[in-house]
Amino acid sequence: MNIQNTAGEAHKKATTKKTGFWMNLLRVREAGISLIILILVVLVSLRAPAFLTADNFMDILMNISILVIVSLAQTMVLITHGIDLSVSSIIGLVAMMVAFILKQYPGTPIFSAVLLGMALGTVLGSFNGLVITFGNVPPIIATLGSQSIFRGLVFYYSQGTWINSFELPANFKLLSKGTPLGLPNLVIFAVVIAVLVYFFLKYTRTGRDIYAVGSNPDAAQFAGIRTHRVKLLVYMLSGLLSGFAAVLWASRFESAQTNTALGFELQTVTASVIGGVSTSGGAGTVPGVLLGALLLGIIQNSLTLVRISAFWQMAAQGLLILIAVISDKYILERVEKIKK
Amino acid sequence: MKAENSQELKPETLIAEKAEHYSLSTLFKHWEWMLVGLIIAVVLVNTNLSPYFLNANNLSRTSSDFMEIGLMMLPMVFIIVTGNIDLSVASNMGMSASFMGLLHNMGVNIWVAALAGLLLGTLGGVLNGYLVGRVKLPALVVTLGTYAFFRGLAYGFLGDQAARNYPPEFTYFGQGKVFGTLVPFSVALFAVLAILFGLVLHKTTFGRYLYAIGNNENAAIYSGVPVSKIKFRIYVLSGFISALAGLILAARFGSTRPDNGTGLELSVITAAVLGGLDINGGKGTMYGAALSLLLIGLLKFGMGLMNIQSQVQSMVVGLLLIISILLPHFVSQISSIRKDRIRWKSILAIVAVVLVFAAFFAFFFWSRAAVIASV
Repeated sequence: MNIQNTAGEAHKKATTKKTGFWMNLLRVREAGISLIILILVVLVSLRAPAFLTADNFMDILMNISILVIVSLAQTMVLITHGIDLSVSSIIGLVAMMVAFILKQYPGTPIFSAVLLGMALGTVLGSFNGLVITFGNVPPIIATLGSQSIFRGLVFYYSQGTWINSFELPANFKLLSKGTPLGLPNLVIFAVVIAVLVYFFLKYTRTGRDIYAVGSNPDAAQFAGIRTHRVKLLVYMLSGLLSGFAAVLWASRFESAQTNTALGFELQTVTASVIGGVSTSGGAGTVPGVLLGALLLGIIQNSLTLVRISAFWQMAAQGLLILIAVISDKYILERVEKIKK
Repeated sequence: MKAENSQELKPETLIAEKAEHYSLSTLFKHWEWMLVGLIIAVVLVNTNLSPYFLNANNLSRTSSDFMEIGLMMLPMVFIIVTGNIDLSVASNMGMSASFMGLLHNMGVNIWVAALAGLLLGTLGGVLNGYLVGRVKLPALVVTLGTYAFFRGLAYGFLGDQAARNYPPEFTYFGQGKVFGTLVPFSVALFAVLAILFGLVLHKTTFGRYLYAIGNNENAAIYSGVPVSKIKFRIYVLSGFISALAGLILAARFGSTRPDNGTGLELSVITAAVLGGLDINGGKGTMYGAALSLLLIGLLKFGMGLMNIQSQVQSMVVGLLLIISILLPHFVSQISSIRKDRIRWKSILAIVAVVLVFAAFFAFFFWSRAAVIASV
């Protein structure tokens, strides 16, 4: 009895120690990104004093707000071991449709324009979800296909024309730029959505199910989780948030073009992956993604400030994602070694 | 005697194993035939719609439009068969061509510049291969990173400039024909390489290893297949061929811009998957991929003759991609429904889905009509 007890206690101790290690390392990891951000901030502000001003910081926040919203959607999809490459085309199509409605009916209440965007996005997202779950098509193929389908619909819809700033109502343009609460609405939207997603993933049953489906689909199925429904849900959420982002995009850039948000899907994946979301599913946190998006935003901003030509910025971004995933790999290997 | 016994046993066990996947395996076997049927259908429909479709000159000109995609598809088939992916091919092609263009602008001899471009592209492949094969990072993440990195380098090399005025000896590789026939040089090159790659995939140990890795990587490792070495090699190969495709594209256009070939990686993957390759690895043939390239080429050519916008063309290809994978699944799904009881719940769900999409398209066309009227 005694021996058993002590053994049990030792085991307990060991497990708590392990979770302690895990927690510490996870903290260290987000601290790692923070450290990179801090170093970058110091270096850039030495070269360009304009960097450390409130105005510039607000600029960065404005620039990453839409990225944050869509990256959070992408993160939920990635956690289920999926990927949504169609977010950019959803943004393009929804922005175009909403902008056309606003041009046609300038009196449309902004609130219903936002709802319309979300509804359209959700329908498009559910197309992905249905094809992936009930059609058994691998996510990367399904969303690759729907990316070109939705983008083709943009061209078919607009006949190659676009909506200019003067064709949009003034109050719609203020949707993203207005500052009734002190901060630009865009930033507030991003913060609210980040908080919602954080609580959804952490404290709701469905949120936990998303992690379960991603880390071990078979086990999740045996545990009574309806994996199909969970997957369908994340693609619908991805569509919903992309639809919302589309409305904000049209409002912020005061236009809707046929190539709106072209290539944006890769930025969302980049922000998620830098933020520690695993493309093989089951792992990823909201704070990590926020830091990932912030890092991307700071890099873009600072490359401009230190007068590195726009042409090299994309190369720098690509290099950054490579460095991030390589260091991530080594951190994970170290964790494994410590566990042993 | 023993050998005879085992030989007698083998077919039976094989049949028993296959019986389970009977419908699926037959579908995959007939996949290539389905493609052939589709190709014939596309040709028939298009010849009826346009008198210019079966024009040899037109076909010759349009065929070279697809050779860059075709070339990049060859190593992509290897990579997808192992269950990996390379999203960086089109960026690599832009990078190599831009580097060559930069050197050409600086006055370097065109052949030296072309060689340097090929070398840089191969180095790009080495980077991918090292990270996927040796560091063992997920291929999707690695090539997503190099996708941005290579394209960024292309912009870095040329900026908003273009490289022009390539000598005619060089543009021959993109515009020339073989020995006075109507066959473009690039098509001949593709045909030779396709046969070579097909032989390697289907007739050599290396090819068998690729399937082994795609079917079960761990089993392949334990059977002594040099997995990381093979992965490294196919990515290097992919880098080299992408650079080659980049040079041919530059020769065909007679100029290089850093955004050359943007988005082609999706066409390459689409062609491969439509050809019957399983994105999860282990399945598919080279001739299936070649047939699907032909199908996509003819389809796009026909739509182009009917003045359909290129974006709508890629929409059709995207639909084809999804449907081609959906269809086999739905066929097996529907055949299994008969045995089950039909549940009201699922019928209601289907009706709801149909209604939602109908509402979406009703709104889509209604608002579009208003737009068109106002224009």
